[in-house]
Amino acid sequence: MLNKVGRPFARLLALASMVSVPVQSWAEEVERWGMNMTPGVTSVSQEIYGLHMDIFWWCVGIGVVVFGVMFYTMIVHRKSKGAKAANFHESTALEILWTLVPMIILGVMAYPATSTLLKIYDTKDADMDVMITGYQWKWKYEYLGEDVSFFSNMNTPRDQIENRAVKGPNYLLEVDEPLVIPVKKKIRFLITSNDVIHAWWVPAFAVKKDAIPGFVNDSWTYVEEPGIYRGQCAELCGKDHGFMPIVVKAVSQADYSEWLATKKAEVATLKALTEKTFTFDELYSQGESRYNTSCAACHGSDGEGGVGPAIKGSLIATGDITEHLSMVVNGSSKNPMMAAYGPQLSEVDIASVITYQRSAFGNNMGDSVQPIDVLKFKQNK
Amino acid sequence: MATTQQSTTRIVIKLSGLVVAMFVFAIWIMPPLYDVFCEVTGLNGKTGSKYEAEVIEVDTSRKIKVQFLATNNESMPWSFAPEVTSMDVHPGQEMEIKYLATNSTQRAMTAQAVPSVVPFKAAEYFHKTECFCFNQQLLQAGESAELPLRFIVDQDIPQQVRTITLSYTLFDITNKF
Amino acid sequence: MAHGPAKGFSRWLFTTNHKDIGTMYLWFSFAMFLLGGVFALVIRAELFEPGLQIVEPEFFNQMTTMHGLIMVFGAVMPAFVGLANWMIPMMIGAPDMALPRMNNWSFWILPFAFAMLTSTLFMDGGAPNFGWTFYAPLSTTYAPPSVTFFIFAVHIMGASSIMGSINIIATILNLRAPGMTLMKMPLFVWTWLITAYLLIAVMPVLAGVVTMMLMDIHFGTSFFDAAGGGDPVLFQHVFWFFGHPEVYIMILPAFGVVSQIIPTFARKPLFGYASMVYATSSIAFLSFIVWAHHMFTVGMPVAGELFFMYATMLIAVPTGVKVFNWITTMFRGSMTFETPMLFSIAFVILFTIGGFSGLMLAIAPADFQYHDTYFVVAHFHYVLVPGAIFSIVAAVYYWLPKWCGNMYNETMGKTHFWLAFIGLNLTFFPMHFVGLAGMPRRVPDYALQFADFNMIASVGAFLFGAAQILFLYNVIATIRSGKKATAEVWDNPEGLEWTLESPAPYHTFSVPPEVK
Repeated sequence: MLNKVGRPFARLLALASMVSVPVQSWAEEVERWGMNMTPGVTSVSQEIYGLHMDIFWWCVGIGVVVFGVMFYTMIVHRKSKGAKAANFHESTALEILWTLVPMIILGVMAYPATSTLLKIYDTKDADMDVMITGYQWKWKYEYLGEDVSFFSNMNTPRDQIENRAVKGPNYLLEVDEPLVIPVKKKIRFLITSNDVIHAWWVPAFAVKKDAIPGFVNDSWTYVEEPGIYRGQCAELCGKDHGFMPIVVKAVSQADYSEWLATKKAEVATLKALTEKTFTFDELYSQGESRYNTSCAACHGSDGEGGVGPAIKGSLIATGDITEHLSMVVNGSSKNPMMAAYGPQLSEVDIASVITYQRSAFGNNMGDSVQPIDVLKFKQNK
Repeated sequence: MATTQQSTTRIVIKLSGLVVAMFVFAIWIMPPLYDVFCEVTGLNGKTGSKYEAEVIEVDTSRKIKVQFLATNNESMPWSFAPEVTSMDVHPGQEMEIKYLATNSTQRAMTAQAVPSVVPFKAAEYFHKTECFCFNQQLLQAGESAELPLRFIVDQDIPQQVRTITLSYTLFDITNKF
Repeated sequence: MAHGPAKGFSRWLFTTNHKDIGTMYLWFSFAMFLLGGVFALVIRAELFEPGLQIVEPEFFNQMTTMHGLIMVFGAVMPAFVGLANWMIPMMIGAPDMALPRMNNWSFWILPFAFAMLTSTLFMDGGAPNFGWTFYAPLSTTYAPPSVTFFIFAVHIMGASSIMGSINIIATILNLRAPGMTLMKMPLFVWTWLITAYLLIAVMPVLAGVVTMMLMDIHFGTSFFDAAGGGDPVLFQHVFWFFGHPEVYIMILPAFGVVSQIIPTFARKPLFGYASMVYATSSIAFLSFIVWAHHMFTVGMPVAGELFFMYATMLIAVPTGVKVFNWITTMFRGSMTFETPMLFSIAFVILFTIGGFSGLMLAIAPADFQYHDTYFVVAHFHYVLVPGAIFSIVAAVYYWLPKWCGNMYNETMGKTHFWLAFIGLNLTFFPMHFVGLAGMPRRVPDYALQFADFNMIASVGAFLFGAAQILFLYNVIATIRSGKKATAEVWDNPEGLEWTLESPAPYHTFSVPPEVK
């Protein structure tokens, strides 16, 4: 216990001592501490960074003048120094002056802000479209016209979040499948939501748009440099709002084409897999990992429940297997929290997750369902 | 000269009137006003209601790409997709496309599709002469349906709009409304 | 001459005396300030380190929601109403408020509203967890069952505020002493008059928005549900149409307080009285046409975005005028730095910093990066904590000798100031940095690069919280004993309240004073 408490305080002490360390360069320090907005990797994000720094320096300038006068008067015009109070209390000229000067400064700022805004709103003539759908609590990416779509879940292990394991360098900012986009292409994002309002935000692109259920928003980016860019959901969307990161991998056009081909092949393989008969153990072990990414947030990694009901000993997981299948595929008609996973998970995933739930946590049903049965159920045969 | 008491009463009555007026404004005036505002500006890509087609000329000199999207809202298990994902149209030309919906569950369900158009400024130039989104859709267990949409892109659409994206979100409203 | 207060609890339950009611408002708001503060400390404790240690994400969201609601509606607003009750009749030479029985009512429904709101913490499904801005559909379709109690609590708070405002307007317009023309009123009275009009205009809108939620949840309407032809974005428009004037409701009376205190300790009349009145009025007017700057990322047409950006930037002008006026009031004065003055000077400096970050947030393209990050959290805490809260504390130190007849302990007051000042800056200044570096608000856990600043912020928050205990002790000690205060208390302050003896008698100005 002592150790646990002691560690953060030791770090705090280290922090305090760092202040006295001679500073190499101001910019480096700002960079190392993560104190400022990222300039980002797109022309829009760099323009926004420029606006941000401009307005910041205007504020600093005004602050120096205003607080300068204020501290001067506080030091000089104090009673203890024998200052006698003057009695002036009006000056129309001054009032006009300090109304007009800020107006002019605002005008100077408004002009570049307007032109950047118009640029941000210009979504026309995109090279490709990606549809982004927010879900509680993950993102779905759909490449329009390519028949490729997938979900992107956070894959930071629960052990790291609950402090049982050392946190990795990309703690909370890592996903199982990142969005992959080519560089030097104008990419339009179509953003919507499946349930509540989310917001898709990647600081390096300066793209932040709300995902609103029933409506579509658009935004765009043009990335210059290949790299991995990380962001987070920026609108409170319920329990796991802090746990739905965004990872975008920008790659060269050649790498992108290759990735897309692999992805399409995967879809084909998955279709083929649906026809395959799996053993119980195969389903069970695959089901465990799928359960942890898709179900554990609500039902608990130990199946004891949480926001959602317990799986352990539940009537559905230990009852009729068709009912169980229906609950996973179609969702609950009573509780909107239990969404329909039919459109979200592959047949193989659904089969394995059901198999896992029925035998894990001491449920011991021992039965299983095959992907082809799931497909037939979905097609209502 | 009114007494203080009388003038206090007058102030209270006036201010209470203002309170009631602002409450009425919030519930009965702002929502319809917002809808009008949305329709005028295309906010949220809301499109107008049924359009009565006039005989208009087709502008064959321009081509506009119209994309079709389909999204299922949360607990909506139907399969729902457009038959084609995009088409090129001339402004003024009336086009038809179908969305395919299948109710794969074992119960009858009612759905409502909600349209949204981007870019927003295209919304007011996108006219629907017939749309399944005007009505609720009831499908029996296992039933499939072809849902038709007929539309015209106005020939006054600004030159800089070259792509219109039309999205439908399908909501399950079986136990509502 | 006049009879004194009744004895025991019934004095407080049935009182129609503006001083008693003012006292109750102030104690109530302090209790709420401590409760909301405890919730804030739960948040800061969880955010001390990355990882989940103390609370679950579900409960964390309930804490952020309750902290916001209680601080806004329970701490800041009732505190200003309490000050208005105590001071407005004494400042304009009125015997009491215009509607004393309604005054009693508007206070006594508040404890019920907040008891109801707080009780949701113990309900099935927990307290409201959708943030103090309660965006639909998270607060409708996806809300815990306790949302209904939340809605009723908001209705009661709204009713209380509306009754309080009607009372204040009626008092100011009707009960001024002969000779007290509008343009002779103390600035605190002026700012409250304008605030009361704002409240009357927007509290019904808040009532409207929660009523629409209630109908969506229980009666099958779909104001905010796209499936039935509604729109979740409409919620945000209606909410912020209330919400933006609401933030000025929390800061205009603070402007008034500071405009009373600075001249007293600079020993010089307020500079630019008339321009202060006009600036306050224009801020109030502008507050109605800038609401959508809270929604820059929601997807508005570019024309709307530009309009709201320009209008928002304009607010900087009248706000700047006020700051320049305060500084010019101090200029060539003969200043002393008692506790109320320290808090007021900190107000001017730190509120201006909050104003600067506000100006940055107004730039719509930059707001795409700032929106919903800790930068926003830093911004509104800078305008609300050293803004609203510091001005309330300054007002208490300034008028406490008048209220209870005893002088507070100056050393303890100054210690309270410095602890609060350091604590607050430690808490909120680092939030600018983590926000710019990309930390979203309302998250129970965060990436490792935000760890250092969050730890500093948490330490600062506990320091700030501890400082308030000193404040509580100082106030109680002053009420119970202390050096007797003179009628003037300070060095030749301006205003009718200082012509009364200290403590102010239970009934004052039964015969209106003559104002030259």
